[in-house]
Amino acid sequence: MVEARYRKQRFFLVLCRSVTFAAVLVLSILIIHILLEGVSYLRWDFFTNFPSRFPHKAGLKSALYGSAWVISMTALFSVPLGVASALYLEEYAPKKRYINWVQINILNLAGTPSIVYGLLGLAIFVRFFGLDRSLWSGSLTLTLLILPVIIISSQEAIRAVPDSIRHAAYSVGARKFQVAFGQVLPAALPGIMTGLILAISRAVGETAPLIMIGALSYVAFVPEGPWDSFTSLPIQIYNWAGRPQAAFHGIAGAGIIVLLVFLFVMNFGAVMVRQRFQRYRN
Amino acid sequence: MYLNKFKLIDHGIHGFLFLCVSVTFVTTGTVVWILGQESFVFFQSINLFDFLLGTRWEPLLDPKSFGVLPLVCGTLMIVVGAIIVAVPAGILIAAYLNEFCSPKLSSIIKPVIEILAGIPTIVYGYFALTFITPAFKMLFPDMGVFNALSAGIVVGIMILPMISSLCDDAFRAVPSDIREGAYALGATPYEVITQVIMPAAKSRIAASIVLAVSRAIGETMAVTLAAGATPRMTFNPLESIQTITAYIVQVSLGDTPRGGIEYQTCFAVGALLFFMTLIMNMIGNHFLHSKTVGK
Repeated sequence: MVEARYRKQRFFLVLCRSVTFAAVLVLSILIIHILLEGVSYLRWDFFTNFPSRFPHKAGLKSALYGSAWVISMTALFSVPLGVASALYLEEYAPKKRYINWVQINILNLAGTPSIVYGLLGLAIFVRFFGLDRSLWSGSLTLTLLILPVIIISSQEAIRAVPDSIRHAAYSVGARKFQVAFGQVLPAALPGIMTGLILAISRAVGETAPLIMIGALSYVAFVPEGPWDSFTSLPIQIYNWAGRPQAAFHGIAGAGIIVLLVFLFVMNFGAVMVRQRFQRYRN
Repeated sequence: MYLNKFKLIDHGIHGFLFLCVSVTFVTTGTVVWILGQESFVFFQSINLFDFLLGTRWEPLLDPKSFGVLPLVCGTLMIVVGAIIVAVPAGILIAAYLNEFCSPKLSSIIKPVIEILAGIPTIVYGYFALTFITPAFKMLFPDMGVFNALSAGIVVGIMILPMISSLCDDAFRAVPSDIREGAYALGATPYEVITQVIMPAAKSRIAASIVLAVSRAIGETMAVTLAAGATPRMTFNPLESIQTITAYIVQVSLGDTPRGGIEYQTCFAVGALLFFMTLIMNMIGNHFLHSKTVGK
C-alpha cells in the first residue's frame, strides 16, 4: 500500500521534471534551429541592402529603418498615455463602481487579439482619418495595442509603493499632485520602466496589425518622415518565410536572429533595471 | 491665494489624467462601433443564419458562399491542439516549480520559460514551417506543407508560459496551513498536489485555461504561416486549414476595395472573433480574481 503510493509519487516527480526540462529543451531547439538556418546569411550586406527578388542580394535596410521609426513613434505616444492612465487609476480615481468597469475594460483590451486592433486601425486611422499606409497609422495602432499592457504593469509598480511614503508627504503638507508626481512616480519608476520595456518589445514583434493597416513588404526606400509608408522587421520576415525557396527561408532565419537579438537585449535590460533599482515589489 | 493656485493645478492634473484613461474606453467603444457597423452592412446582403451555420466559406471565388463554419472549425482544431500540448504541461511545470524544485532552480527555470512568451508569433510560425512540419513528415509522409498539427503545437508552446505562470500563482496562493496539514498527515507531494492544492486552486486553474484558449483563438501569424489558407470542414490535423485570423490576413494582403464584400467579411468574422475572445476573457478574468478556497 505504502509502496504503491511512493511509486506513484516517484513517477509523478519524474513526469514533472521531464516536462519542465522538455519546455526548456524546446526553447533551445528553437534557438539552435534558427541559428543554423540563418547564421550563414548574416553578412554586412544583409543590413545595408534593400529587399530583392534574389535571396543573395536581399537585405533588411528598409525593414530596420521602418521598425525603428514605428517603434520610436509608438513609444512616444504610448508611454506618457499609459503611465498617466495608471497614475490616475491608482492615485486619483474615486473609489466608485464605474472605475471598476474601467479596470475590467482595460483587462479585456489587454486580451483582445492583435488582429482586431488591425481592423480598428484600418477602419479608423487608415480610412476615417485618411492617414493612409503611413507610419502614423502603424504607430497609432500599435499604441492602442500596447496601451493596456503598459497601464496594467505601471499600476502594479505604483501599487507596490508603500503607503507610508504617501502619508509622510501628505503630513508635511504636500498636495495630491506633489505626492503623485514628486513621491510616488519616482519611487515606482524602476518597476514602470521594466513594464515599459516589455510592452515595447511586444510591439517590436507585432506583425498582424501592421499587415492589416497595409504596411508593405516590398519597400525599396527608407522612410524619411511620419507620413511615409514603411515596412517592418517582422513583416519582412513573414514575407520571406512564406516563399517556397529554401534560400528565402535562410534569410528569413537571419532576419529572425536580428529580431531575437534585439528582443533579448531589451529583455536583459528590463531584468537589469529591475535588479539594480527596484526597491518596492508587490 | 497660494492654496487656491495649488487647488487649481490639482484639478487640472486630475482632469488631464482622466482624459488619458478615457482613451481606453473610447478604444473599446470604437472597436464595437466599427465591427458592428461593418457587420451590419454585411448582414443586410447575407443571411445571419447562412453565415453562422453555412459549411462553405468561399467569399473570394464565384459562386460565393459565406458559411463561417469552416473557419470556426479550423480555429477549433488549432485550439484543441494547443490545449493538448499546453494544459497538462503547464500544470505539471507549475507543480514542479511549487513543490519539487529548490527556490534557486525555480528562479532559473521561470525566466527561461517566460522567454517562450516573449518570442514573437511570427517566429513560431517559422519554426512550425521549417522544423516541426519537416520532422513530422518523417512520421506521416502524406502530410501537407501547411497543416493544422504543427500550427497547433507551436500555438501550444506559445501559450504554455501563460498557463504555467498563472497556475504557479494559483498554487502559491493556496494557504500553506492546509498544505502543511496534509503533509503532517503523511501525504506524499503527489497527493498534496492532486488532492489538496489542485482542488483548492481549481477556479484559477480553470481561469488560466480559459484565458489561454482565448489567446489561442486570436493567435494570427503562426497559423497564417503554418496552417495554410484552405478553409474546409475537416478534423484531420494533417491537412491544410484556415483560421478566422488567417482569413483576415489573407484578405488584407490582397487589394481590398473599401465597401467591397471582401472588406466587409473581414469585419464580420472579426466581430465573431472579438465576441468569442471577449466572453472568454470576461469569464477568465472573473475567475482569476475570485478568491482561492480557504483564504
